[in-house]
Amino acid sequence: MSSDIIHNEQHLAHADHDDHDHKPTGFLNRWVFTTNHKDIGTLYLVMSLLMFLVGGVMAIIIRAELFMPGLQLVEPDFFNQMTTMHALVMVFGAVMPAWVGFANWLIPMMIGAPDMALPRLNNWSFWILPFAFTMLISTLFMDSGGPAAGWTLYPPLVLQSGTNFAFVVFAIHMMGISSIMGSINIIATILNMRAPGMTLLRMPMFIWTWLITAYLLIAVMPVLAGAVTMLLTDHFFGTNFFNAAGGGDPVLFQHIFWFFGHPEVYIMILPAFGVISEILPTFARKPLFGYGSMVYATGSIAFLSFIVWAHHMFTVGMPLQGELFFMYATMLISVPTGVKVFNWVSTMWQGSMTFETPMLFAIGFVVLFTIGGLSGLMLAITAADFQYHDTYFVVAHFHYVLVPGAVFALMAATYFWLPKFSGNMYSEKWGKIHFWLSAVFVNVLFFPQHYLGLAGMPRRIPDYSPQFADFNMISSIGGFAFAATQLIFVGVILHCIFKSKVRATSAVWAGSRGLEWTLSSPPPHHSFTTPPDVTQNMVKHAE
Amino acid sequence: MAQHAEGSYYVPHDTKWPMVGSLGMIIMLASAANWMNGSAMAQWTFWLGLATIIFMLFGWFGEVIRESQAGLYNAQVDGSFRMGMSWFIYSEVMFFAVLFGALFYARALSVPWLGGSGTGASTNELLWQGYVPMWPTNGPGNLGGEFQTIPAFGIPFINTLILLTSGITITLAHHALIKDQRRELVTWLAATVLLGFIFLVFQVGEYKEAYTELGLTLGSGIYGATFFMLTGFHGMHVTLGAIMLTVILVRSIKGHFKPKHHFAFEAVAWYWHFVDVVWLGLFIFVYAL
Repeated sequence: MSSDIIHNEQHLAHADHDDHDHKPTGFLNRWVFTTNHKDIGTLYLVMSLLMFLVGGVMAIIIRAELFMPGLQLVEPDFFNQMTTMHALVMVFGAVMPAWVGFANWLIPMMIGAPDMALPRLNNWSFWILPFAFTMLISTLFMDSGGPAAGWTLYPPLVLQSGTNFAFVVFAIHMMGISSIMGSINIIATILNMRAPGMTLLRMPMFIWTWLITAYLLIAVMPVLAGAVTMLLTDHFFGTNFFNAAGGGDPVLFQHIFWFFGHPEVYIMILPAFGVISEILPTFARKPLFGYGSMVYATGSIAFLSFIVWAHHMFTVGMPLQGELFFMYATMLISVPTGVKVFNWVSTMWQGSMTFETPMLFAIGFVVLFTIGGLSGLMLAITAADFQYHDTYFVVAHFHYVLVPGAVFALMAATYFWLPKFSGNMYSEKWGKIHFWLSAVFVNVLFFPQHYLGLAGMPRRIPDYSPQFADFNMISSIGGFAFAATQLIFVGVILHCIFKSKVRATSAVWAGSRGLEWTLSSPPPHHSFTTPPDVTQNMVKHAE
Repeated sequence: MAQHAEGSYYVPHDTKWPMVGSLGMIIMLASAANWMNGSAMAQWTFWLGLATIIFMLFGWFGEVIRESQAGLYNAQVDGSFRMGMSWFIYSEVMFFAVLFGALFYARALSVPWLGGSGTGASTNELLWQGYVPMWPTNGPGNLGGEFQTIPAFGIPFINTLILLTSGITITLAHHALIKDQRRELVTWLAATVLLGFIFLVFQVGEYKEAYTELGLTLGSGIYGATFFMLTGFHGMHVTLGAIMLTVILVRSIKGHFKPKHHFAFEAVAWYWHFVDVVWLGLFIFVYAL
């Protein structure tokens, strides 16, 4: 297969192992020096699963402390470190790298390319991350402890951090460099490496959503880099960006941070939209309803994400016109998002549906993500937000869009493509058990937090008034059970890869359509060494 | 098997350079953090990390240059490189946009608010009574002490002319390259490099004047912060651009570039025009207005 991959005479010496479908031998060559999009994708996914567990342990510590009113387990400062680190690890270490891992695996296979456009750069994008997270997590063992001012790093509080501060800033710089390089690679691959016939409007939705996500990443990761650089100079080099006495303004940081931060939330959810748009048509055995409108909706969401940032800071003190503008702009996002939910439901309408595990997670996503979307609409109302701001209602809202949203979509994607990646079928029974336990406990975990927030419980505080005790206890029980359920997930993955005796066919699913399903399971080391001719019939949304 | 070169996309096999780069990066940044926290040892390991990164850049680009010279890259690979460089420059644009944004925010919003305009009336009344908003300012706390600014129509204006001229010389070099006139190419490129370094010398002189004579420092309130961060990051980019220009000058002398095959040259030229445009923004919004 891979004999079409060209070799120069000078390179034959160390290229001989690559003549056939043989993978490079030895740990270093296979994993550390690799330029192969599948191996790099696997590295991303493995790291993301590890970080998901690390961030999960932090969440358990938080929920354990909040199990009862009063201070039981940890010092308040350590509690703050846990909320801060949980967010940083989950956002930058679990969700984002997981999507990049799927992008690496799937983009070349879905568009009919031999590999990513810039394979060496691809290696570097990944191999910065383990170092960045080593540095970030190592701050927990420093004399100052880890960062404790919240993942939003607001000054002036964050400027009072101790030893950890510079390490956190540089770790964020490294994650940003990694994301930017990864995104450049993804855009170059999608725009430059498509097989003949794979026109832009024939691309699978996952490709479309990642193209737009990559654009968002390149646009906003430098913004975050600038923001934390200004924090660094304010802390160490005497600048006064965020000091009113010098003519600066702490609110400036919030504006810059959320100019990054709001597109960032779409960076985590747009690839999820893409995955759901792949899975629902497969198991409804119908083309995706409204493919074109899905593409335009994704683009609209990306555009709107740049002009809504100040809804994260309604209570900070802004001119009234500003508050109103950001309120209306935020509400507008519900239009393209509504288009998507409508299209997903319409895709399922009158389909001959079956409910394999990926489909269960996808349907769970549509229902539960919508709850998170609706609570977002409530938060968008400026006047109401003065009540909700910094309460557990906000915590409930963004966990609904991120856990049964982004994370459920990641789990759906895992069940959907793992048979393709590994060549083995996972255990459908345990997959279903994993889904149902997750779906129940994620609601036990997060739904009570809406009530806590509406009743006025503030976020990021380790202690609370006794009136909040019952809902907190329910939420914590849900949290422990949800966490334990994820061990099933790890078990199903390991079993599928190493133990499963059931071989996957090339198509894997009865209703699968798209280029990746034309390759064997597992696919050859280099995906499409000769580009396939893509016809209308091969794409998922075709009638 | 080996020679399907024409029409196939070149996929390199394995590469050690990214790992070298990651190690250099973690050594450099962890040392920088320790250095800032007061460790004496860290300033030495910082340079070790930086040297590792420079070693990586030479090795990595060297490998790419050798592959390019060997004719491994077809037009599609060239397209990937072009997209890579364009999007990299776009990310740099966004980085400068943040610093410009901070400048505009301070000038248009936060400084007037401190002086009591708009919703800042009580801020001014209760916290900073008597503060008159103006630009330049080091804030109501008069942080960093009295200072003077650098007049736009002195060295900054000369530097503007220098960078604009260098934009012309690199275009002349490009035209010479397309016409395959290597002597003109080298001459114009050398002129561009020279102009780049002259710009930097002037910039260093300006900083020296600011610190020693004008009292303008990084700590001079929001003016000093935005002034030095904007011009400083721009200066770092000019330095990087001048080094890149030097590299392609050497490669031009070696005859690496062909009239129809010289993406490295174009990438550096794009980058140089980018720092040029950023400077025009600086000249207008930092120095002139």
